[in-house]
Amino acid sequence: MGDLAETQSVPTEDESRRDFLLHATVATGVVGAAVSLWPLINSLNPAADTLALSSVEVSLAGLEEGQAATISWRGKPVFLRYRTPAEIEEARSERWQDLPDPQPDEERVQDDRYLIVVGVCTHLGCIPLGQKTTETRGDFGGYFCPCHGSHYDVSARIRRGPAPSNLEVPEYTYLSETNVRIG
Amino acid sequence: MSNEKGWGMRAFDWFEERLPIVSFIDHSVGSKYPAPNNLNYFWNFGSLAGFMLVVLMMTGIVLAMSYTPHVDHAFESVERIMRDVNSGWLIRYLHANGGSFFFIVVLIHIFRGMYYGSYKAPREVLWWLGIVIYLLMMATAFMGYVLPWGQMSFWGATVITNLFSAVPIVGDEIVTLLWGGFSVDNPTLNRFFALHYLLPFAIVGVVVLHIWALHIPGSNNPMGIEVTANDKIPFHPYYTSKDVFGLGVFLLFYFTVVFWFPNAMGHPDNYIPANPLQTPAHIVPEWYFLPFYAILRSIDDKLTGVILMFGSILILFVVPWLDTSRVRSANFRPIFKVLFWIFLLDCFVLGWCGSQLPEGLPLILTRVGTFWYFFHFLVLLPVVGWIETPRPLPSSISTPVIASPAE
Ligand code: HEM
Ligand code: FES
Repeated sequence: MGDLAETQSVPTEDESRRDFLLHATVATGVVGAAVSLWPLINSLNPAADTLALSSVEVSLAGLEEGQAATISWRGKPVFLRYRTPAEIEEARSERWQDLPDPQPDEERVQDDRYLIVVGVCTHLGCIPLGQKTTETRGDFGGYFCPCHGSHYDVSARIRRGPAPSNLEVPEYTYLSETNVRIG
Repeated sequence: MSNEKGWGMRAFDWFEERLPIVSFIDHSVGSKYPAPNNLNYFWNFGSLAGFMLVVLMMTGIVLAMSYTPHVDHAFESVERIMRDVNSGWLIRYLHANGGSFFFIVVLIHIFRGMYYGSYKAPREVLWWLGIVIYLLMMATAFMGYVLPWGQMSFWGATVITNLFSAVPIVGDEIVTLLWGGFSVDNPTLNRFFALHYLLPFAIVGVVVLHIWALHIPGSNNPMGIEVTANDKIPFHPYYTSKDVFGLGVFLLFYFTVVFWFPNAMGHPDNYIPANPLQTPAHIVPEWYFLPFYAILRSIDDKLTGVILMFGSILILFVVPWLDTSRVRSANFRPIFKVLFWIFLLDCFVLGWCGSQLPEGLPLILTRVGTFWYFFHFLVLLPVVGWIETPRPLPSSISTPVIASPAE
């Protein structure tokens, strides 16, 4: 034991060089291990074919005023709703600055008549009710999420309940007056 | 003959010299492990938990041989297990209800630890490892419930993975990473199956550490006092036989449910194939998640709800320091004893609330229950430890206080 201790004791200048080498080796090892973990984690992100499925085209021609339709986009429902003039009027009469997630109705639609939003509650991802006239539309005439009680208005903006933000407006472009590409 | 060892014994010695595995086991849970002589049946639940883990792994591996982790086939493959695979119905019911019984056993085991103060020094690390097992169990059971790909599987997975979207800034990225897509879909099912297969083996690893940590101080006991060598008996044959008897009683309950009420603890909606465009009218998680689900919904703010829910489990890690009393067993702590039962009742109330829609009376009870849950740990535990006068502790298990009132 004593012998071993003697052979290990080295002059001080040498010690700082050894410390440096030790720290540099450990640092390289740690960074290297962390970097090599990244491909493993990243492999869990959406794959190329999943990403490729990311746009759909729909026609709004079949919708009558007051009707709604749901289509599937990236595995999620997208709500299409042909709003009545009264509903549009209602969505615009509110002072939007006072809402929980303030946004004017004008910013949420391209054509005033058609509301196009992702039908996924921004709380924990349930699908809100209100697309069918027979379903409850909550206290604000838009949508109601039964999971934990979030109420949305006719612009699909959150009004009351645990959801933090308005239903998401997906990226979309009108290809013609009634044809839309989503995504 | 007297000193001569038979060839069997000699072969055994030869092997033990090279790998002393039998004496290792004997020291862990056999005749070389001295246990307090006053352990009651609440000390049975550790070995029952170990038993359930083995049952779940054995039935699970067989299930996996007939199960297909693909969104188009998962539901059908489980139905095929139920109808066509030999004994498939039995194996699946043992597994599905086994999950529930594993939780029943482990929860009793945890409440046992709370009542008898088993988390206190020197058993803090043992307690921590137990909570790690509990967390791993919850993750495993959650992912297992997704596998049959019924409506509750799908929507349970959607709601729970979405909890992570509450994380500030990177929340949505985390959720996309968990899903491997833009919603719960085939990549999600695949990885959940891989993890559901893996995590039980991780649990086995932590169980080994848990038992190792147990053997440093040895078992606590209903009196919560230090135990002298005189008051100890070998685990084998005394507690092995007691545990086996308890196992028999436990199996009566387990098999009653498996054979007569196999779907009592499940939700009928999970026999409807998953439909990503239709949320069931009322989503409820498995019963063992209900109190936490209630806490999540106690507040109208997503991030706060999520923090409270995770906090309600993580707070268990600091309980050894929140409880300021040095007396372990509730039998000697008059105030704590009452609080313990109120706390247990609170957990049942929260569980009921979790199964109800969050409005009206259930919502009020949820809020009161959530408040009490944290109030119990953060305020009552430390304060009661200071103000309470414990009953006098006996000096050892074999000298009960009543025997010598004069001292
Ligand atoms: C900690 C131990 C385990 C727990 C708590 C657990 C829990 C569960 C639960 C709750 C289900 C859903 C049952 C249903 O509703 O049908 C399930 C399903 C399943 N588990 Fe496990 N499990 C465990 C270990 C394992 C292991 C080691 C395997 C081996 C691969 C496995 C394979 C499966 C399979 C294939 C299914 C889908 C079939 C079915 O739904 O019955 N499990 N598990
Ligand atoms: S998921 Fe809609 S309110 Fe919770």
